Amino acid sequence: MDLQAIAFYTLAAVMLAAAGLVVTARNPVHSVLFLILAFFSGAGLFVLLGAEFLAMLLIVVYVGAVAVLFLFVVMMLDVDFVSLRSGFAQYMPIGLVVSGLLLVEMVMVSGAVASSGAASRVKAAAETGQSNIEQIGRVLYTDYVYFFQAAGLVLLVAMIGAIVLTLRHKPGVRRQNIADQTARTRKSGLSIVKVATGEGISE
Amino acid sequence: MGDIQDFWGTPAGWTVITLGEVLLVVVGVLISLAFLLLADRKVWAGVQMRKGPNTVGAFGLLQSFADFIKFLLKEIVIPAGADRTVFLLAPLVSFVLAFIGWAVIPFAPGWVVSDINVGILYLLAMSSLGVYGIIMGGWASNSKYPFLGSLRSAAQMVSYEVSIGFIIVTVILLTGSMNLQTIVEHQSGGFWNWNVFGGGLEKNWPMAFVMVPMMVMFFISALAETNRPPFDLPEAESELVAGYQVEYSSTPYLLFMIGEYSNIVLMCAMISILFFGGWQAPFPTPSLAGWAPILSGLFGLLWFAIKVVFWFFMFAMIKAIVPRYRYDQLMRLGWKIFLPTSLVAVAVVAGWRIFTSV
Repeated sequence: MDLQAIAFYTLAAVMLAAAGLVVTARNPVHSVLFLILAFFSGAGLFVLLGAEFLAMLLIVVYVGAVAVLFLFVVMMLDVDFVSLRSGFAQYMPIGLVVSGLLLVEMVMVSGAVASSGAASRVKAAAETGQSNIEQIGRVLYTDYVYFFQAAGLVLLVAMIGAIVLTLRHKPGVRRQNIADQTARTRKSGLSIVKVATGEGISE
Repeated sequence: MGDIQDFWGTPAGWTVITLGEVLLVVVGVLISLAFLLLADRKVWAGVQMRKGPNTVGAFGLLQSFADFIKFLLKEIVIPAGADRTVFLLAPLVSFVLAFIGWAVIPFAPGWVVSDINVGILYLLAMSSLGVYGIIMGGWASNSKYPFLGSLRSAAQMVSYEVSIGFIIVTVILLTGSMNLQTIVEHQSGGFWNWNVFGGGLEKNWPMAFVMVPMMVMFFISALAETNRPPFDLPEAESELVAGYQVEYSSTPYLLFMIGEYSNIVLMCAMISILFFGGWQAPFPTPSLAGWAPILSGLFGLLWFAIKVVFWFFMFAMIKAIVPRYRYDQLMRLGWKIFLPTSLVAVAVVAGWRIFTSV
């Protein structure tokens, strides 16, 4: 067994175990930590495939940013486990149907990809001599540039929607205005008052 | 002789060589950290007109080693309500993540553990993972101050990663590569070819007006990313006692501290590589090709070390002379100033590259 095979089986085993523990862990924070471990092993598998750019993106975007915010939210929410588990038997059939459907779809997709010779295409891509950054760039920004831009627009709309939904203007809140503060001079901010002894200052 | 040559070619031989390289880098970085930590304290003391550590060894040179032994011999206290596994895992994560970034750092021509194509993305990824040690430690302590500190640091580090990412993109656009070795080689032939002055090629000098501010912003973002003063809000001692480190003692605390300093030095190495030519000397070195590989390697290592130590000195001076930021101002700086500025810089550099390459 060569090093690649050892690495593959280790990463794959860790990923599957972590994925299982995401669902079964009692503490939601532990679940998120296992999810991060699964992402990480997935990135390792990408590296083994020769897709190091995708691997790094997976770590930077999912592990470095999305999962942090996820962890952030799970830690802040005080989740009540007992009430969460109370409806378990009631919702199980729906869950089973959904996950069964997903499983069938995944098997069909991977079967179709494998039968059309995906493995040979990975090799062909590696033999062109281009790094996979160049290849991904060519596909995204040259071949499918309009679809890519459209996807970006969809995300932009979603982002604006999220901002609009959460934006609140509270009246009467005093905010710091940095420009005003730095524009203050001695003349505009300071006045010297002669105060008569024992009388104080009146407005 | 032939047998040994064959052995190095096998997977086992490759594993032995790589392990040896990793050990060499880790031990080298750890020993330099011991002295850099002392230098940090000495600089800080100098600014405050104190002497700093001066008792253990000549000029206090062995102070870090004495501290090391002290930390090892103390008792590990685990709070009663703490999540034991995560509590002990957090400093380990912090320590390990701080060191695996060094795998792609080119110390000298050809002296790099793993010369991967996406080296700079790898560095960005590893520095973005550093937040996990802090956030896990803060949560697992099951205590209010650590938790507040870790929440602050999570938001802070995620915010500044964005601007660091964009600044790195400007460098990638100038050099046209994500491989750190290529980025350093691109800046050869004197300090006027360094990326901070537009990355050479004679015609790129106007880019210096973009890259100098980018360098300054990278430095400030690096301060925020490593939770150094003036952005040390996760451990602000005046309000949060010591933030996420409150409940830590002994070896776990030591791991946190070494991890933090390793990250700082890694950031110094990054700024040297991205903007100041890494191991390149600041003057043309045409005669270097005739030198023995080991000598030219040491020559490169010397320049790299000088640059890293200079930036570490800057980190130490900032810690000594700049007062701490307020949290909302920190967020304002990251999102409202650095993010738009770096985005504009990416557009300007990309436009420049397109219109001058024709």
